[in-house]
Amino acid sequence: MHPWLPFEWIAATRFLREGRTQSLLIIVGVGVGVAVIVFMSALLSGLQANLVKRTLSSQAHLVLLPPEEIARPQGSGGQALVQRQAQRLRSIDQWQALRGRLEKMPEIATVSPVAAGPAFAVRGDANKSITLIGIEPAQYVRVIELDQKIVGGQLRVNAGDVVIGTELARELGAGVGDKLRVNAGNGATDTLTITGLFDLGNKTANARNVYVGLRAAQSLLDLVGGVSHIDLGLHDMYAAEALAQRLHGETGLVADSWIKTNAQFFTALTSQRISSNVIRFFVGLSVAFGIASVLVVSVVQRAREIGILRAMGASRGQVLRTFLLQGGIVGLLGSLLGSALAALFLSLWRMLAVTPDGQPLFIIEVPGALVLIAAGGATLVGILAALMPARRAAALDPVVAIRG
Amino acid sequence: MADVLDLQGIRKSYPSGAGEIDVLHGIDLRLQRGEFAALIGPSGSGKSTLLNLIGLLDRPSAGRLCIDGDETSTLPEAAITRLRGQRIGFVFQHHLLISAFTALENVMMPLLVDRGRPDAAMRARATELLAGVGLADRAEHPASKLSGGQQQRVAIARALAMRPALVLADEPTGNLDTHTADDIFALLREVNRREGTSFLIVTHDPRLAARCDRIIELVDGRIVSDRPNPAD
Ligand SMILES: Nc1ncnc2c1ncn2[C@@H]1O[C@H](COP(=O)(O)OP(=O)(O)OP(=O)(O)O)[C@@H](O)[C@H]1O
Ligand SMILES: [Mg+2]
Repeated sequence: MHPWLPFEWIAATRFLREGRTQSLLIIVGVGVGVAVIVFMSALLSGLQANLVKRTLSSQAHLVLLPPEEIARPQGSGGQALVQRQAQRLRSIDQWQALRGRLEKMPEIATVSPVAAGPAFAVRGDANKSITLIGIEPAQYVRVIELDQKIVGGQLRVNAGDVVIGTELARELGAGVGDKLRVNAGNGATDTLTITGLFDLGNKTANARNVYVGLRAAQSLLDLVGGVSHIDLGLHDMYAAEALAQRLHGETGLVADSWIKTNAQFFTALTSQRISSNVIRFFVGLSVAFGIASVLVVSVVQRAREIGILRAMGASRGQVLRTFLLQGGIVGLLGSLLGSALAALFLSLWRMLAVTPDGQPLFIIEVPGALVLIAAGGATLVGILAALMPARRAAALDPVVAIRG
Repeated sequence: MADVLDLQGIRKSYPSGAGEIDVLHGIDLRLQRGEFAALIGPSGSGKSTLLNLIGLLDRPSAGRLCIDGDETSTLPEAAITRLRGQRIGFVFQHHLLISAFTALENVMMPLLVDRGRPDAAMRARATELLAGVGLADRAEHPASKLSGGQQQRVAIARALAMRPALVLADEPTGNLDTHTADDIFALLREVNRREGTSFLIVTHDPRLAARCDRIIELVDGRIVSDRPNPAD
């Protein structure tokens, strides 16, 4: 007996240790339940983080565009983009002043003005339709990590420089150091030197996106001094839609959040989250029933001992707490076992779920917070499950129990 | 000084079918400090029922019950539990040790539930008590690994842990062979003489009853005889 432990702890741990087989079985049972929950949560959050990351690798959290001149059909962000391309490019009015205001807003991390429009890349006989994107690289890479995606040369877009995707480079048979002529449809033409190649992990983007300096794009696209849109990076990407509506209200500009442009994706995420919560609830319920049933049996088996403890002066409260603690301890130990099992499942999963070239499909870990939440949750479930048996134990009539 | 026990008009009835059955019909009984009394009577006469009332494990249907001068009928449950733990020791027929603990820990148990946490003084007291019942060398044995006689000795040591005023023993030797029964009885007697603890012992064995100071006989829920034992 440890001198610093109260009676309830001593009795609870001794009772659990004495009923070794039952205790072990139920702890393993709780462990399996917790493992399923932890594994599933880790898998889902890994999957979600990965999908979000992929989605955002070539998209800003929020894009501000000039107001529409024609009424936009509802919910057609993509279509509107097509229509816009058919019109003459327009600049955002007084974008410099707007930029200053946006940079002061606490929820906005980065403001990146962009001049983008359709053009053709010409090299020899080849003539490819592209989107010419003029950027301020220092700002732009904080919204879209283009610098991380460079696979050849460097991200340099000074005057006369151009950075293109690997797909376009392949189609044109061009590499770093080669010349590329850009033709912006309205007759404006420039011959540029390829300084870098990027791979955004998206074939269309790799074939279409062509990056030049902001000024170069402005003059090619006949947008001198103007920008076609402003990309915003936010501190909290999930606040994008709310902020988009606010900015639309304040500026009259079209504000497209990544959440709205990926509405389908979010619906899928939400329904996935709901179904995983349902699974969590039922696993928790079955864990609770398991703990409760083991403790009910234990109370029946120990009725006489409980009676004698009461005869010796143990209060109902002491008996109650002794059994609540047993539930809590089973929950806690089960959750630790479960987290260990989940980590094991995950390392197996990591070995099995690989791309053909042996790379992991995406990165999954068991986060420390999840282990803590699982431990706290399982302990709570254990105590709640123990409530009914513990109350029974506390209510035992010592006379009946001892005569038993 | 008040009597250890003072019962006046104690009745106990249990609900049975439509009406009630009376098990005890008005018991008056006093027990002085240091008395060593036997409670005898035929099976079903109400001996255990009376002992449970005195031990505050059960409540009388009517009457006054004073332990050490404290009237108990108006006390709330928590106070009853405390009084029981502090003033009364129990020895049952089925020794009823707690099998998850060692002999020594079983003896400590009344002190532990009273104070909440173990300490060195508790351990010392339990060690001394175990030595007193001749089991110093079995202190660390699991309770379930002891023989019947040894278990009953541990139970006696445990009953004495809180230095109770009164020890209630319900057929403490009922489960033991004659030789062991004699030893256990001698041990109770010795504790009574050494510590001045009062004993009320239910027994079916006339030989043992004859070794008590006083014999109280219960028949059909009434005390039919209560006499000092001249043989002693
Ligand atoms: N909880 C109860 N409900 C109903 N009747 C009870 C209850 N407890 C005891 N009785 C009855 O009270 C009577 C006395 O029982 P008790 O156990 O006190 O007898 P006893 O003298 O101890 O007998 P024994 O010598 O066999 O132990 C018996 O008729 C018994 O059936
Ligand atoms: Mg009896």
